[in-house]
Amino acid sequence: MTDSKYFTTTKKGEIFELKAELNSDKKEKKKEAVKKVIASMTVGKDVSALFPDVVNCMQTDNLELKKLVYLYLMNYAKSQPDMAIMAVNTFVKDCEDPNPLIRALAVRTMGCIRVDKITEYLCEPLRKCLKDEDPYVRKTAAVCVAKLHDINAQLVEDQGFLDTLKDLISDSNPMVVANAVAALSEIAESHPNSNLLDLNPQTINKLLTALNECTEWGQIFILDCLANYTPRDDRESQSICERVTPRLSHANSAVVLSAVKVLMKFMEMLPKDLDYYGTLLKKLAPPLVTLLSAEPELQYVALRNINLIVQRRPEILKHEMKVFFVKYNDPIYVKLEKLDIMIRLASQANIAQVLAELKEYATEVDVDFVRKAVRAIGRCAIKVEQSAERCVSTLLDLIQTKVNYVVQEAIVVIKDIFRKYPNKYESVIATLCENLDSLDEPEARAAMIWIVGEYAERIDNADELLESFLEGFHDESTQVQLQLLTAIVKLFLKKPTETQELVQQVLSLATQDSDNPDLRDRGYIYWRLLSTDPVAAKEVVLAEKPLISEETDLIEPTLLEELICHIGTLASVYHKPPSAFVEGSRGVQHKRLPGSAGSGESVESPDTGSAAGVSDAPPAVIPSQGDLLGDLLNLDLAPPATTTGPPPPTSSGMQMGAMDLLGGGLDSLMGDESEPPPIPLRTDTPQSPQLPHQSPSPPDYSPTELGGDLGGSPAMGAGFGAPPAAMPASFNAPVSGGLDDLFDLGGGVGMPSGAYSPPKSIWLPAMKAKGLEISGTFARRAGVVQMEMTLTNKAMSVMTDFAIQFNRNSFGLAPAGPLQVLTPVSPNQSIEVALPLNTVGPVMKMEPLNNLQVAVKNNIDVFYFSCQYPISMLFVEDGKMERQVFLATWKDIPNDNESQFQIKDCHLSSDAASSKLQGSNIFTIAKRTVDGQDMLYQSTKLTNGIWVLAELRVQAGNPNYTVSLKCRAPEVAQCVFQSYEAVLKN
Amino acid sequence: MIGGLFIYNHKGEVLISRVYRDDIGRNAVDAFRVNVIHARQQVRSPVTNIARTSFFHVKRSNIWLAAATKQNVNAAMVFEFLYKMCDVMTAYFGKISEENVKNNFVLIYELLDEILDFGYPQNSETGALKTFITQQGIKSQHHSKEEQSQITSQVTGQIGWRREGIKYRRNELFLDVLESVNLLMSPQGQVLSAHVSGRVVMKSYLSGMPECKFGMNDKIVIDKQGKGGGSEDAAKSGKQSIAIDDCTFHQCVRLSKFDSERSISFIPPDGEYELMRYRTTKDIILPFRVIPLVREVGRTKLEVKVVIKSNFKSSLLAQKIEVRVPTPLNTSGVQLICMKGKAKYKASENAIVWKIKRMAGMKESQISAEIELLPTNDKKKWARPPISMNFEVPFAPSGLKVRYLKVFEPKLNYSDHDVIKWVRYIGRSGIYETRC
Repeated sequence: MTDSKYFTTTKKGEIFELKAELNSDKKEKKKEAVKKVIASMTVGKDVSALFPDVVNCMQTDNLELKKLVYLYLMNYAKSQPDMAIMAVNTFVKDCEDPNPLIRALAVRTMGCIRVDKITEYLCEPLRKCLKDEDPYVRKTAAVCVAKLHDINAQLVEDQGFLDTLKDLISDSNPMVVANAVAALSEIAESHPNSNLLDLNPQTINKLLTALNECTEWGQIFILDCLANYTPRDDRESQSICERVTPRLSHANSAVVLSAVKVLMKFMEMLPKDLDYYGTLLKKLAPPLVTLLSAEPELQYVALRNINLIVQRRPEILKHEMKVFFVKYNDPIYVKLEKLDIMIRLASQANIAQVLAELKEYATEVDVDFVRKAVRAIGRCAIKVEQSAERCVSTLLDLIQTKVNYVVQEAIVVIKDIFRKYPNKYESVIATLCENLDSLDEPEARAAMIWIVGEYAERIDNADELLESFLEGFHDESTQVQLQLLTAIVKLFLKKPTETQELVQQVLSLATQDSDNPDLRDRGYIYWRLLSTDPVAAKEVVLAEKPLISEETDLIEPTLLEELICHIGTLASVYHKPPSAFVEGSRGVQHKRLPGSAGSGESVESPDTGSAAGVSDAPPAVIPSQGDLLGDLLNLDLAPPATTTGPPPPTSSGMQMGAMDLLGGGLDSLMGDESEPPPIPLRTDTPQSPQLPHQSPSPPDYSPTELGGDLGGSPAMGAGFGAPPAAMPASFNAPVSGGLDDLFDLGGGVGMPSGAYSPPKSIWLPAMKAKGLEISGTFARRAGVVQMEMTLTNKAMSVMTDFAIQFNRNSFGLAPAGPLQVLTPVSPNQSIEVALPLNTVGPVMKMEPLNNLQVAVKNNIDVFYFSCQYPISMLFVEDGKMERQVFLATWKDIPNDNESQFQIKDCHLSSDAASSKLQGSNIFTIAKRTVDGQDMLYQSTKLTNGIWVLAELRVQAGNPNYTVSLKCRAPEVAQCVFQSYEAVLKN
Repeated sequence: MIGGLFIYNHKGEVLISRVYRDDIGRNAVDAFRVNVIHARQQVRSPVTNIARTSFFHVKRSNIWLAAATKQNVNAAMVFEFLYKMCDVMTAYFGKISEENVKNNFVLIYELLDEILDFGYPQNSETGALKTFITQQGIKSQHHSKEEQSQITSQVTGQIGWRREGIKYRRNELFLDVLESVNLLMSPQGQVLSAHVSGRVVMKSYLSGMPECKFGMNDKIVIDKQGKGGGSEDAAKSGKQSIAIDDCTFHQCVRLSKFDSERSISFIPPDGEYELMRYRTTKDIILPFRVIPLVREVGRTKLEVKVVIKSNFKSSLLAQKIEVRVPTPLNTSGVQLICMKGKAKYKASENAIVWKIKRMAGMKESQISAEIELLPTNDKKKWARPPISMNFEVPFAPSGLKVRYLKVFEPKLNYSDHDVIKWVRYIGRSGIYETRC
């Protein structure tokens, strides 16, 4: 009995020899020959030339020989349809054979021969076999209907086989029922609307009865079919669940998983307060755990499904953390899946154990696994706040191992931890910086650059570090390049004096030497922002970033629901809807979980609009957290505080939001000009340049002031003042020294200017106010003090009913009217509000003098914050003293009340300074020049009638001004000086 | 459903190829070979999607079994089927090897035709299959009409696993309680995880269609009985009962009855089969405790001391004890001293293997090793794999006890008392590891 010899005949003329043997008179020789033919067929040789000879062997009473011939037929009939007809007679005859095994064999094989002419002859025998007295023949015939349907669906309908098949659901033999259910389910899948599987309580009852009696495979068919049924109410749902739960003890994992599917689905309909609901939850855990002691391949399938179940119903397995601990000899695919589930189950209660395990895994051999373990530690830190500190120290330990990929992975996750807990763990930055040289993966490099840029003010040599990255700029990946660009711009905004060259360098690298449109666009955006409105640039680039969410890699809820309906199947293994990987009509219908109230809606709601299987397939998936983290790098651009256009629709991804914002933001930045300059970037943005903007910059804001509070460098302050109208020129010809223009001295000096108003700063961070963020500033417009605020809703719910109140303060500031927030603020929306103030409120001296305590109320809570207003906004318009009065007053005020201050690094001429100060209601009364030194005598009056007299000494060539202030109330001097400095430097 | 089923040898040559569905072409056979078998890297997933065709595979020694499909099939079912396929082949011709597969290819095709119809698994119980598919070819022509209908009713019937008319002169049954005890312990002796996965394997040589009932010291059953029989009884038996986390049964067991009454009743298949599997995690008797002590002496030497303590009745003997102490890759030499048994450093396995033939309960033994290391400039630290242990003990570490197995066969004239019953307990180590 050594059939292996058939595999070894490879000599020439083989076909010819076989032909002779097949036509031999001796039965034994014939059989040998057919075996050789089958062996050749198996290894892929073409033996179709022997077709007539093999078919001739069909007429035999030797069942073994017959089966071999049938096998041959199934393979080659399609290529020789005419010859295949020769076999029909034998088939038809065999279907009448007294031996049920032969009848079944004939009908089974006939269904596998996909030749039209043969299928025609199949109908009559099949009809008989469906009603055969022997269950073995009936169960075979049931499957044959599905085969025939696959070849010719119309024929099956015309011949009425579907009705016969439906009748078989009531058959007395459980296996016939199971196969009929399988066949009907498959046919129904390609006819989503046919209601073929007319599932009603009676048929369900029949199925449940057959469930107890049929083979393990039959149980799977029936359970999978049951899962498509939607019970009418919770009572029916419960009674089905009760009859399905015993299957959880079946030795066959597929039976268990299919039962879990039915239970998970029907559970949706049970009221949560029902005792049975709790019982069911408890019953589900042990079988799921038992699946983990199956063979590794099944463990993998089980783990992929548990991943879904844990997301849908975390309570089921929350106490079972330990069973997901990785074993040393688990195959890698099992290890990776277990890790995922460990993170999902991590909670405060078990975090210590989990961390200890993860640390252990981080020393294993498999690189992918180690990386994932390190990443998991970071995810734990983000998920369980209490463990963050321990996670960070574990990560630091791992960095000390100096294993290259461990270090890189650790840095990537530490970046996320910084995002989640800002200003908490920055002490580790030094350690991170030590490992700068070993980073060779883009993601790690980008993460490190992000950290350096974000915390540039705390890293002494941030500029050197970034510069070192810049050297090989063109060899970096796009991710790193983009990040480097952003980081250097951040650094520049934080330390403008030392980093001008660096920012010029990176802007030119990004815009002039790069072919990457993303990089170029971003470079131009920064460039333009910096040159037109550095204040806005600061607000945009250094804006507070939205918090990152706790749960990571969550599957989007509608997809999750659909996948729960596919537990046990490939869809649940791939975590993709069937339509994503199944061709044709089968995958199109999307399954949904039933509603809890027992809505009579059909579960299989066919997606009629989508005919093309693939393209429409995955429902718009909200970018998973993984993607969001990836986008982090680009997120810096999203400015919540300066939203000028309509808020981006919430459904659009983060990336889109950022682009929209920029489109609108840029336009409005330019909008102050009478003639909006052409916009070379993104001219296709939906927003028009004439957006009705509640611009953060006041209307009388001249470009001179736009330099913002970038610091003391006069080059900066003036340089950015180049009128925006000149910008397009430098834009259109960036090569022609556009960068020089950027830092050009002298630009807008002497332009008349309005009252100085500091840029908005964040008064109330969202974290402290349940999602409400308030940033704001004070300004004096047309003699009225205004409090200008941006209210941003960073919570998930709409905010309404805003009101505001001030505590008593030094100058009696009080709202002149109610806070006008007319519309509810929806999530992610920002609203600009200007609140006019008066100075007739109750007075109490504050420390510092210009401190203001504010209470803001909304529908959620009352929040308190305090802010400091520039005293210059209290300088009234009629603060110009008569020269004589000034002289008299100056003499009158005792010298003790005089205080002297230095203003450093101010490069304005005395005239320019004078006109600037006048904009803020500090009036120059007289000017004297002594020994090349300009002495300006100035007066100003506060809202409460206090006069402040000043002597400003400006010496040409000396950037240091001296200001002497005299006032009857010397306490205000400090504040007034601050205003001087602020006004002059901006 | 399954569209095609292929068997390959280790080189990727096709031994068996059976296509069930039109959507699986012949090129699928090659796609799997090229993308998975010849991929020359560790298998990252048992499910692979190649050009919109999904392949499920399992390996037995160096034979690959792969199922291909283009539909959203029940993945768990496909793997269960592949395992079943292996079981069936093993039951027919022993070990699954290239030689055996080639020698039996006609039989395999015949089996595949029978147990998979249009990709739907059909009855695959070897007991039933063997009645009409044999290695010696079909003898159907010799079957009488009666026999034929008996075969078909068995293949499709409710009791597909047993045929009628079995007769034994001596009615006898053997019960083996086989447990594997798994442990993961921290170096400090803290149990990180421990569980027992057990199997009750039965060999039945019983006449007729006997109805059996199996009882064990399941806590739920004992407590239930305790309630009826008085508190004293419950307290007494409560000590001996065990909490079973979960159990699964052979398809012969009536699950609905187990669910409602927690009684295990069934008509057994003839011969050997697995009646149930179970898992426990509470009150496990850990037969051995391993106490590791690893000391790094400079960069070129390690001192390892491992103590093992046996923790069961001193009258019992553990057998086939093997302790495997992993050594670093740069080990140049090992000096060993052990009190009992034989210890050897196996360079090819990077481990010290210490074997003890027998060891009684409540004893202790130890091994000391000095490991010389070659200096390396490899920055990566040695991962220190756990110390693993193998053993066999003559009791069930879960504490499970068989209370009864009753046999009723009303039609034939033998009673429960006439059946000779044998019970045996074997506890083996599963993954029994202590970190060091």
